[in-house]
Amino acid sequence: MAGPSGAAAPAIETTGLQKHFGQVRAVDGIDLEVPVGSVFGFLGPNGSGKTTTIRVLLGLLNATGGSCRLFGQPMPAAAGVVLPRVGALIEGPAFYPWLSGAQNLARFDAAGPDGDRATRATRIDDALARVGLTAARSRRYKAYSLGMRQRLGLASALLKPRQLLVLDEPTNGMDPQGTREIRHLIQELARDGTTVFLSSHLLSEVEQVCTHVAVMSLGKILAQSTIAELQASGGRRLAVETAQAADAAVVLERLGLTEVLVAGDEVSARLDGQLPEDCCRALVEAEVGVRSLITVRPSLEDTFVALTGEGFDVAR
Amino acid sequence: MWRAELATQFRRRRVKALLLILAAIPALLAVLVWTSGGPSAGEGPTFLDQVTRNGVFASLAGLTVTVPFFLPLTVAVVSGDSIAGEASLGTLRYLLVRPAGRSRLLLIKAGTVAVYCLAAALAVAAGGLIAGAILFPLGRVTTLSGSTLSLASGIGRTLIASLVVGAGLFGMAAIGLFVSTVTDVPVGAMAATVGFAVLSAVLDGVPQVSAIHPWLFTHNWFAFGDLLRNPVQWTAITHDLTLQLAYIAVFGAAAWARFTTKDVLA
Repeated sequence: MAGPSGAAAPAIETTGLQKHFGQVRAVDGIDLEVPVGSVFGFLGPNGSGKTTTIRVLLGLLNATGGSCRLFGQPMPAAAGVVLPRVGALIEGPAFYPWLSGAQNLARFDAAGPDGDRATRATRIDDALARVGLTAARSRRYKAYSLGMRQRLGLASALLKPRQLLVLDEPTNGMDPQGTREIRHLIQELARDGTTVFLSSHLLSEVEQVCTHVAVMSLGKILAQSTIAELQASGGRRLAVETAQAADAAVVLERLGLTEVLVAGDEVSARLDGQLPEDCCRALVEAEVGVRSLITVRPSLEDTFVALTGEGFDVAR
Repeated sequence: MWRAELATQFRRRRVKALLLILAAIPALLAVLVWTSGGPSAGEGPTFLDQVTRNGVFASLAGLTVTVPFFLPLTVAVVSGDSIAGEASLGTLRYLLVRPAGRSRLLLIKAGTVAVYCLAAALAVAAGGLIAGAILFPLGRVTTLSGSTLSLASGIGRTLIASLVVGAGLFGMAAIGLFVSTVTDVPVGAMAATVGFAVLSAVLDGVPQVSAIHPWLFTHNWFAFGDLLRNPVQWTAITHDLTLQLAYIAVFGAAAWARFTTKDVLA
């Protein structure tokens, strides 16, 4: 979708965005760029400022400093024009407990500037079918389970075709099947060209669906790139299983591998451009008996922990 | 959105229950009068002594009984809940990103609260009319000035009186709407709104501050009785409605200033 500032305006763009609550710098000058058509994983520990960022992006909070744009249009100034193109799930679903699922969707559809009444009933049916809630459409929201509530939230975000979906923990409270369905739904939407901004703690989930990732901690963005680049930045490691672990370590060090670790029968080291096959030959020539030799790519979890630290306590 | 908002609020069990209770109060009053034979002239709340002769007065007695306490209480509940209730449900953030537009949402909330005020007073009148018609004879209505009106114009004036009562609550509703934009806790907003009404009523009873009495939003709540004079005495009613407009302007502006700029964290 072409924004006024050119055809390639990013779906989300922030420059030096800040949001302070008193002394707390919840968002501390972040530059985020979410390309159109990407599935963008927004990661960070609890309290890192992800939800605050999302709230500023959607015009719920006033930024302390910096600016943010959606499709090239300034927020919150252009909220009336740009938000109809955005579907959102923010900090869990919220609906009226005394209304049914379908009535709730109708209420929110009518609240917007573009809730076409003629097509409302069909769109509600389609959205409910898409998230698998058709059977519960007339049941009061009060009686919905957590997973069903989450599905209704998604249905509400999908009531109209959107160019951007902002999903904050969309699979929270869902069973494994539900999580899988949501993953497929996100992939399907992305295939149709919808940009998806996905905030999540489920790193394996993000790893499977996202094309881009940003990692946030203590209000700052620590890393932002395509998922392939981020994983590559962690470096590949070589793991060798052998009875002569000490000899193997010496050989690998001589080859220039760093971070050499010996643990029982296993030696591992960081590959810095050396080819695994060369390492293998060197080991064999040094008469080290190699039982197995593999390369290991760090998981997103390893990268995430490397960036944000191991601590279990909330950072602030 | 206007229709969706009305549908959403008036489908609530709470709102339905409040309206039913309001309608039941004059009905209960009528039943009590019917079983006890009624107070003698001049006893009990205004209009109550006339109920045995004419059921229409059950409505007017009902308004007299509910105006000082129960009607404003329910208005505090509904207006205090207007924005804070959405905030505590979390639906406020979804309405705003829809986007409903902050000014538009506030205006629609104000409209809904106003409709509730009128509906609440009408519920009292309707409950009284129905119970009065069942239990007592209906006939020409004797006004406070001593002359009589036809039954139709008597009922007409009763309904207008209830609308005047409803509109007289607008000022308090505006206060409730404002308080509701300040907090995310609906109960707090309701209590604060009731507090304002109590404060206004207390000040109204202190002769030392009689200079401000005409400006208190509770001061003219009984002006609706002037509709039952012949000819109708409009002075107090007009003054009351003008005063309510002033409260709407002041607290409506405050609510707007607050709501259009506030950080929505709920």
